Amino acid sequence: MSVKARSAAAQAWRVARLVAVKDLRVEWRSRVVLNQVLPFAAVVMVMFAFALDNTDLLTRVAPGLVWMATIFSLQVLVQRSFAIETADGALDALQVAGVRPGGVFLGKSLALAAELAVLEVVLLGAAIVLYRTDVPAGRLGLLAATYLAATCGLAFVGTLYGGLAAGAKGRETLLPLLMLPVVAPVLIGATRATEAAFGTNDATTGDGWPWLGLLALFAAVFGTAGTLGFGSLIDE
Amino acid sequence: MEPVVRLVDVVAVLGGFPALAGASLTVERGEIVLLQGPNGAGKTSLLRLCAGLLPVERGAATVLGCDLVADRTAVRNRVGLLGHANGLYAELTVHDNVRFWGATVGASEGEVTAALARMALDGRLRDVAVGRLSAGQRRRTALACLVARRAELWLLDEPHAGLDAVGRDDLDGILRAAAAAGATVLVASHELERVGRLATRVVDVVGGQVRAR
Repeated sequence: MSVKARSAAAQAWRVARLVAVKDLRVEWRSRVVLNQVLPFAAVVMVMFAFALDNTDLLTRVAPGLVWMATIFSLQVLVQRSFAIETADGALDALQVAGVRPGGVFLGKSLALAAELAVLEVVLLGAAIVLYRTDVPAGRLGLLAATYLAATCGLAFVGTLYGGLAAGAKGRETLLPLLMLPVVAPVLIGATRATEAAFGTNDATTGDGWPWLGLLALFAAVFGTAGTLGFGSLIDE
Repeated sequence: MEPVVRLVDVVAVLGGFPALAGASLTVERGEIVLLQGPNGAGKTSLLRLCAGLLPVERGAATVLGCDLVADRTAVRNRVGLLGHANGLYAELTVHDNVRFWGATVGASEGEVTAALARMALDGRLRDVAVGRLSAGQRRRTALACLVARRAELWLLDEPHAGLDAVGRDDLDGILRAAAAAGATVLVASHELERVGRLATRVVDVVGGQVRAR
């Protein structure tokens, strides 16, 4: 790597930390995730339980329900993440400030991933309580790796499409329309890999690793695309 | 010395319509230039072009020595654009906001404190969330962010809008002090009498062109 490229990467990383800390500080002060998104996700999990009303069935489909609830909540988190940037023209100000867009993308993705991680822990707990899901100790490694890869993938896609929709009219309704089809591979891959980690439907650990590979590839593709393309996405 | 802004026959297009149609303007360091003209004349477009947000379709444009035709992003971290929005985060305190924007150019805590003091925000307002401030206090916070960002060219679009009489007087003092400290200020405003008293020069923007008085 050349000196220029190393310097650009260091600057982007500095911006990423700055933006991530700022986003998490905004969340800490406003408590939107704690007071609105977590209860919303919990209500979705309870509604699934009401709708299916069969413990055996719930246990079997728990991995899919957990990831569905995560993706629904992701919409709210992404809307919120960009609402704070557009409410008083901060996204425009970031452009004028010459802040590296790749750094902004990584910083917003990091903050979103941290918020998603908290949400996912709560949803996993809800699945254990509401759906009688069992997490075998020997498969915790697969579960952790699945959560890591899927969280990164969702955070990258969320930030990329949040940036795309940020300047658009009707962005609140546009975002789910754009984002849901794109995150379908994460929903499928994360559900299959989580089934393998839970041992649902007689799935073995070996069944989960190829899906984990898909999740990692998805995260790598969207992470790279977002870091390189975020600038032109938010530019006029 | 090279002018801070040098536009020659600049054409810029916004949403398919010509926003600037052969605009020419030269601004020297330390000047406060008032851009005045009717709505839709191209004042905001001119400011956004100088900030590197609007591409130059034709003509020559140099801001702070950066050629906007070759690379309009190069100038961005040296100018400060304050439009109808303030670019602030309502949940964060005044200090958090100024520190964040200062950190984008590597400003130290000392520079942040100095910026707050210069805008009289170092007292009890320092730790108040921006969402709880009055319009004038928010404007002052946004200007403190420009100072912390070491902006050499201030591009202000209707900066007096929404301010009460005290806020307007405050802002006038801040702009005079900024120019005295070496910043160059371009102001688009309908407050002709007020800004006219501040300005070193007034130019008319009509139909996407700039006419000197």
